[in-house]
Amino acid sequence: MAERASLWQRLRPQRGAMIGLWVLALLVVFVLLGPWLWRIAPTHIDIRARNQGLSWAHPLGTDQLGRDMMARLMAGGRISLAVAMAVMPITLGLGGLVGLLAGYFRRLDGVLMRLTELFLALPLLPLLLLMVTLFREPLARHLGPPGGSFVLIVLAIGLTSWMAVARILRGEVLALKERGFIEAARAIGTRPGAMLWRHVLPNVASPVVVAATLGMATAITTESALSFLGLGFPPDYPTLGRLLHDAMDQMQQYPLRALLPGLMIAVTVLAVNAVGEGLREALDPRSGSR
Amino acid sequence: MLNLALRRLAMAVPTLLCISLVIFLLLEAAPGDPLGEMPLTVPPEVKERMRAALGVGEPWPLRYLLFLKQFFWVEPLHWLDRLLGTDFGAGQQRLISYQSRAPVFDVIAERLPQTLAVVGLSYLLGVLVALPVAILSARHPQGWFDRIAGSLAMLGYSLPTFLTGLVLIWVLAIWLKWLPSVYDTTLRVTDWASLLRQLRQMAMPVAVLTLYNAAQISRYLRAAMLDNLRQDHVRTARAKGLGEGAVLCRHVLRNSLSSMVTVIALGLPTVFGGAIITEQLFKVNGLGQLLILAINAHDLPMVMALTFVFALLIVLCTLLADLLYGMLDPRIRHG
Amino acid sequence: MRIKVLLMGAACGAAMTGMARAERGVDGQVNVIMWQAPSTMNPYLSTGSKDIIAASAVLEPLAVFVPDGALAPRLAAEIPSVANGGIATDLRSVTWKLRPGLIWSDGSPVTAADVAFTAAYCMDPAGGCAQLAKFDGIDKVEALDPLTLRISFATPRPDPFSAFVGAQTPVLQQAQFRGCTGAAAPGCTQQNFQPIGTGPFRVTGFRTNDAVLLEANPAYRDPDKPAFATLVLKGGGDAAAAARAVLETGEYDYAWNTQLAPDVIAGMEAKGLGRVEAAFGSLVELIHVNLSDPSPDLPEAERSTLKHPHPILSDPAVRRALSLAIDRSLLTDIGYGPAGQPTCNLVPAPAAWASDNTACLTQDIAGARALLDGAGWVPGSDGIREKDGHRLHLLFQTSVNAVRQDFQALIKQWWQEIGVETELKSVDPSVFFGGDAGSPDTFQKFHADLEMFANNFEGSNPEPYLARQGCDKVPGPDNQWQGENISRYCNPEYDRLLAEMSQTVDPAERGAMGRRLNDMLTRDSDAIIPLVYRGTSSAYANTLGGVVLNAWDSELWNVADWHRTR
Repeated sequence: MAERASLWQRLRPQRGAMIGLWVLALLVVFVLLGPWLWRIAPTHIDIRARNQGLSWAHPLGTDQLGRDMMARLMAGGRISLAVAMAVMPITLGLGGLVGLLAGYFRRLDGVLMRLTELFLALPLLPLLLLMVTLFREPLARHLGPPGGSFVLIVLAIGLTSWMAVARILRGEVLALKERGFIEAARAIGTRPGAMLWRHVLPNVASPVVVAATLGMATAITTESALSFLGLGFPPDYPTLGRLLHDAMDQMQQYPLRALLPGLMIAVTVLAVNAVGEGLREALDPRSGSR
Repeated sequence: MLNLALRRLAMAVPTLLCISLVIFLLLEAAPGDPLGEMPLTVPPEVKERMRAALGVGEPWPLRYLLFLKQFFWVEPLHWLDRLLGTDFGAGQQRLISYQSRAPVFDVIAERLPQTLAVVGLSYLLGVLVALPVAILSARHPQGWFDRIAGSLAMLGYSLPTFLTGLVLIWVLAIWLKWLPSVYDTTLRVTDWASLLRQLRQMAMPVAVLTLYNAAQISRYLRAAMLDNLRQDHVRTARAKGLGEGAVLCRHVLRNSLSSMVTVIALGLPTVFGGAIITEQLFKVNGLGQLLILAINAHDLPMVMALTFVFALLIVLCTLLADLLYGMLDPRIRHG
Repeated sequence: MRIKVLLMGAACGAAMTGMARAERGVDGQVNVIMWQAPSTMNPYLSTGSKDIIAASAVLEPLAVFVPDGALAPRLAAEIPSVANGGIATDLRSVTWKLRPGLIWSDGSPVTAADVAFTAAYCMDPAGGCAQLAKFDGIDKVEALDPLTLRISFATPRPDPFSAFVGAQTPVLQQAQFRGCTGAAAPGCTQQNFQPIGTGPFRVTGFRTNDAVLLEANPAYRDPDKPAFATLVLKGGGDAAAAARAVLETGEYDYAWNTQLAPDVIAGMEAKGLGRVEAAFGSLVELIHVNLSDPSPDLPEAERSTLKHPHPILSDPAVRRALSLAIDRSLLTDIGYGPAGQPTCNLVPAPAAWASDNTACLTQDIAGARALLDGAGWVPGSDGIREKDGHRLHLLFQTSVNAVRQDFQALIKQWWQEIGVETELKSVDPSVFFGGDAGSPDTFQKFHADLEMFANNFEGSNPEPYLARQGCDKVPGPDNQWQGENISRYCNPEYDRLLAEMSQTVDPAERGAMGRRLNDMLTRDSDAIIPLVYRGTSSAYANTLGGVVLNAWDSELWNVADWHRTR
């Protein structure tokens, strides 16, 4: 508890991080609580009301089939955040496991770091594109089109983004092993599992939190980029990137329709990054290092 | 030094083989049909024959070995022939694209200049912008310049390139009509007028990528320099009473050089990957656009070759970074 | 100078009146943007329209289709007919006479041997020729003398115009392609990218999937054409960017396939630089109703086969109600704009074959409800109708495509209004149309109750197209799911009429039979629910003259007549 309180206190003076946190909170409220107040379904078609501007009935206008833009933005934002939240545990789990084991057990270090390097050497965006286009179909068959796409995109992003966490963790663990208390713990016969859990993990948590936060921003950007290329979620499924993609043809007639999802992507990523950078500054005694 | 180079090179080969197998199996496992998008007026018997002509029916280990042979043996021979006018590779089947039936590497060679022009230039500009920014930022960490530069950099790498690009197209090409909206790959630069046209059509993609690259690189460089600033010899230099500028130039910069080179070399391949979106957005018919086209058409040889070329690039750049680091870092050189 | 301007003015004036009298190469360059870029210049290796269109500026067939679907000679001196002795009286062979004095762009003469070679090139079993279907039923192709060619068929053919008619099957130069037959065909990159032709242009540079550079063919048979010295076909981007480059920024003169929403096009046209027009061929967006039971409870080999009739959709009232509930005008407006027309026909053209079936054009929700009420389908507690324990719940699938998903969403809402619950499914196009007998998601397996896609026929003879809906063409395990009778429509009367048509020569009679067959599939049975008659829209600049859209052949079919207007 004391640890957490001090983190908060250290984060408080970081103005950028605080702003980011507030913006993020507002976004979460908008996408999670919004649908409870604004009860139009994002897929409801009202063909008489298509291509409308701002109005009381549709505060942010409607799209080419008369679907409410506000409801669609809420749904899109929810998916973007959900993707980011779902990618995080994969990144942390995989990267954490590899990093911890490689750092702690000398024998595993070589193999695991080779593996990490192999993954770093893979052309990630092309591979991501490949995985998403090629495997959308079988997964969609088993989990339904949106579900399949979600699982696929989360897995694909997760599988291609754990390496940074692994490297950071390995470095931290290696440095930690030199410190006195680990030696002491080992001397009194603490077993490796307990050692990792009780002594190592708590001491390397902060850089991992930072990496995870920054990773969330990347996940959001990647998901939007995929949808923007038309390769993410299925066409009838509103995500922020998809909304932007769909609005591009009609950008001149209805600029707002492209601007709103675009702005929402930018603000979300910026806020997450601001929080991540703030955390980094707050947690790193030698502030500013990588 | 040579020893290190050879050792690293020897390690790169299995890595590359592993990667090629991973990509190949990924493609193999994927459903879909290169002839899927064909009009329905083509009868199934004809489709079946065309499929056979593409060699789709062979078992996969055979096709994988054939790919390796074509990539590592036939292709180099072919280019050697072209260079020297010999005919070692004559009669050997090169890797052929399903879409155009043209040798995959001829198409890649055709498209490389566009990608290099746009991506390469923007990377160069990104480095040129990032270097001074990083140095000035590191000089007074948390100073006013560092804060402003830091915020701008965060903005730069937080804004997805497809967003900044879209805004630029909208304002400069559609609204103001200052710049062309279609990238003309057939343009030959022969005089000042055509050079101007080339610069005009490159302006937007280069600007977008430069912004992104500069933000990324400056962040890493600043961190690398700060690490150096905390080194003991810098403290000693400061203690000796050297001015901050002199410390920065004589001690920090010189010692940061190795990490800078590493950062720059390692960043290069990711930029190629990232250019996929920019090329798509600005209609630059380069390698990235080719990849998307090939993926959509299930043109497996093309996808395979392109992804592998990207992987090759990454491995080579990593190798380069390692070697340069070894050469530039005094500790490693003497040790 | 003045004289030249006057002359050019006069030339343009003459061109406007249809008597193109200009001078070759005086109008500089024409820029065409095809956002789906050509990937090869050899139509025998590709079925993509983009490649066939690009190749048609260079390679020419014996005859082409003109905009009304009729034939006009190109390399042939005249169109063979029974009257002029070109078509044998037993209908088993056709004799073509080449136009005398034709030369290739390299200066050598065009002979009937070139044509015979081209036929052998495509019919080579190892070549994987994409246009093989055009040569179907051909027994042999022989050059009788340098200007005479005879094509013999295995069985009598009332309509012998498929090989060497239209841009899909042009004549290749034997001298150039001699070494490229069979398995060597794909390897001949130089030949496939820069074929020697007889057309108004010749290739000077080819960048696959990117750009084609062409210049006026110095050996073209009309010394005054083409008016443009160079032609650039540029690819890349998307439909909106292509239309914009012509209509708003003026960077290009002609854009192919600019399918965009009507308001987007109207906004672009308002700039006054050019306009968008659509050419209508035979492409129809339609819904196939599954008359057999796709239930997953059946054994795999019996799903969607004639063994089990559909428990719900076998009821004609339900099919009619589904069709009535659809507002085709609105669908057209949203999805295709000026490049679409609402339709009730499977065969929308040529005029002699198009039925006057228009009853489905007005949406009638009340009528659909009444129909279902009358057939005993009564609404349950949640508004979804039921009968004999069957709930009106239907699975409606199509390929992944933005317009189709919009259509699905709209149709689902309309069907909801008449008490039908719809589950939507979209399948990746490469799988959906992939024809892989192992995949359950192909349009032919049809493991759904309804499915939507677009279909058309080549050339202007719909007979083979209608023949695909015969009972023997039902996809099933015995033919590896390769039939084209997607609805599993089986009607002895239909098959009888079909057989009768194949023996009929008189065009008017054939047209009448075709209309009758079309109506059986659509109006009478609602086995096929047509939605939108789709055209290809193209944008062209106001300064580009001579453009005549043609849906039956390549859009560049008359590129020799294109010129600059002032």
